Amino acid sequence: MARTADQPPASIEQNATRGTPDPVTLLQTMMNIRRFEEKAAEMYARGKIKGFLHLYIGQEAVATGAIAALRLDDYLVTHYREHGHALARGLEPGRVMAELFGKSTGVTGGRGGSMHLFDISKSFMGGYAIVAGHMPLACGLALAEQYKGSDRIVANFIGDGSVNEGEFHEALNLASVWKLPVIFICENNLYAMGTAMRRVSALVEVYKRAEAYGIDAEQVDGMDVLAVHEAVTRLAAKVRAGGGPAFLEAICFRFRGHSMADAELYRTKGEIERWRKLDPIAQLSHRLIADKTISADAVAAMQARSDEIAADAVRFADESPNPPLESLTRHVYKEPADA
Amino acid sequence: MPEITYREAIRQVLRYQLLNDDRVFLMGEDIGAYGGSYAVTKGFLEEFGEKRVKDTPIAESVIVGAGIGAAMAGLRPMVELMTINFSLLAMDQIVNNASKLRYMSNNQVSVPLVIRMAGGAGSQLGAQHSQSLESWYAHVPGLRVAAPATPYDAKGLLMTAFESQDPVIFIEHTALYPMKGEVPDEPYRLPFGKADIARAGKDVTLIGYGGSFHQAFRAATRLAADGIDAEVINLRTLSPLDTEAILASVRKTNRAIVIEDDWQFGGFGGEIAAIIQEHAFDDLDAPVMRCSGADIPMPYNGALEQAALPQEADIVRLATSMVQR
Repeated sequence: MARTADQPPASIEQNATRGTPDPVTLLQTMMNIRRFEEKAAEMYARGKIKGFLHLYIGQEAVATGAIAALRLDDYLVTHYREHGHALARGLEPGRVMAELFGKSTGVTGGRGGSMHLFDISKSFMGGYAIVAGHMPLACGLALAEQYKGSDRIVANFIGDGSVNEGEFHEALNLASVWKLPVIFICENNLYAMGTAMRRVSALVEVYKRAEAYGIDAEQVDGMDVLAVHEAVTRLAAKVRAGGGPAFLEAICFRFRGHSMADAELYRTKGEIERWRKLDPIAQLSHRLIADKTISADAVAAMQARSDEIAADAVRFADESPNPPLESLTRHVYKEPADA
Repeated sequence: MPEITYREAIRQVLRYQLLNDDRVFLMGEDIGAYGGSYAVTKGFLEEFGEKRVKDTPIAESVIVGAGIGAAMAGLRPMVELMTINFSLLAMDQIVNNASKLRYMSNNQVSVPLVIRMAGGAGSQLGAQHSQSLESWYAHVPGLRVAAPATPYDAKGLLMTAFESQDPVIFIEHTALYPMKGEVPDEPYRLPFGKADIARAGKDVTLIGYGGSFHQAFRAATRLAADGIDAEVINLRTLSPLDTEAILASVRKTNRAIVIEDDWQFGGFGGEIAAIIQEHAFDDLDAPVMRCSGADIPMPYNGALEQAALPQEADIVRLATSMVQR
């Protein structure tokens, strides 16, 4: 199937309905995330973004492949490196960037910031900044859907750093004994902040921990978006059919530091270079060009499209107003004025 | 009006909620097959089934977190944590998630969750089962904290808790479960942030809640025999706090003592004292005093334990010295 970038990409919903991924759409999504993150880094350097900024560069295949394999109404509960998940789910890039800028037009009006993106209208139930602390919430959302008898499921993205937390084990156990409709997706990028998984973990194969709780668990190449898509499609179908929870360990790598403040003393340039050769975007675009699904010119046009989306997002964020100071104490509790 | 126990008052509300709201379900440690460690939910599993009455593993963090998640998805869970001491294992969920979700999400998310737990001391349960940590929760913006002192309070406040759109920490006092009091049969609601003036008086204000309210009330009865007319305030909720009722009383009596089972240092009594001096300094005839638990881990020995808790006699002595000052 040859196509060019000026054809509108199929929506995520269409993908999910078809059950087969449109690799060109997946490529565009990964490019959009990459470019967005590069712009965010630039804006951080220019002082437009403050606080912590955790870039998703290198891991794009995981969010992109997984979220395209889910229904639009499936809940997403993610960690604090979640810009990629937000964009893959279809949150407006301008409103996500505006949130990083702390602006009133941001997805949480400047209250959440980079680590706490929410968009309930898109079943995006938040980015969370306490490692593994969001896993119990994912269980609760899944419990609610099971209680209501719906076939909506929950995808809970976690990092490898979460697997030594107590809440990881509490959540896996509860999900398993109550057969909750949740798929845990562990993005194992080998480092919990700056500490290598192997240095602090009794069992480095994370999926085996899930197996120990009687959960169907497997490992996938997290640098291969099609492989991630295939695995999540299959596991999500099982979860949706009432088969209980599933666990997917996606082996991946972040190309940038943990946050913008990371001097990366704990890993070598050589290691980073080896992983960069597995760049999920380069891998897929080479593959699509090689099998003539798409031309090199079309890839360049797609890249230009990503540049444009990221530039528009920055412009929107920059031009947006700050939240009014008088809103400071709003929304701590439900207010009479709330609907 | 029928007389029922504090336990039965709570039980009536839970049963009412299960019967009248399909979104309500209960989960917690030993609430089902065992019947609840304080027998509050005895028979519920048989009556309502496993979907509505869920026995959980002993895993406080995921119990509370699952309650938060279910509440976010539009249900009305009630989580029972057995005791406030165990709630420390769920502190991450309560403080980092439940209290912050509405604000962090810019009002996109509500957490209408009731978390019940028993607090207080006096039963010789030792240091790890005898804490009064309500001030920790009252400290956190985004949480509501109720501490019923009577069966009437328990029923009315728990009804209101189930209608809250924000997470409610509902702290029952272990020693009060068998206490009897008059409670209407029909459901009723007591507003949060509205204290009860349990006894009107003109000489000194005694402020208590939960278990400490009863010490205050008994002390007031003894003070009356000595010719000292104490006003007794039952706070009912610590957050929101009925600051108006406290200040109005102090403006009348010009003296105040806060009675709390909790440790004194950094406790809730200090907060009340600060509020009074900030807003009613000129009305005071004596410093605001605190009659608190000793700043020690609770000992097992019964005599030592009683010595560590505020006693009626302590309150009487303190009030008398303040009035005669």
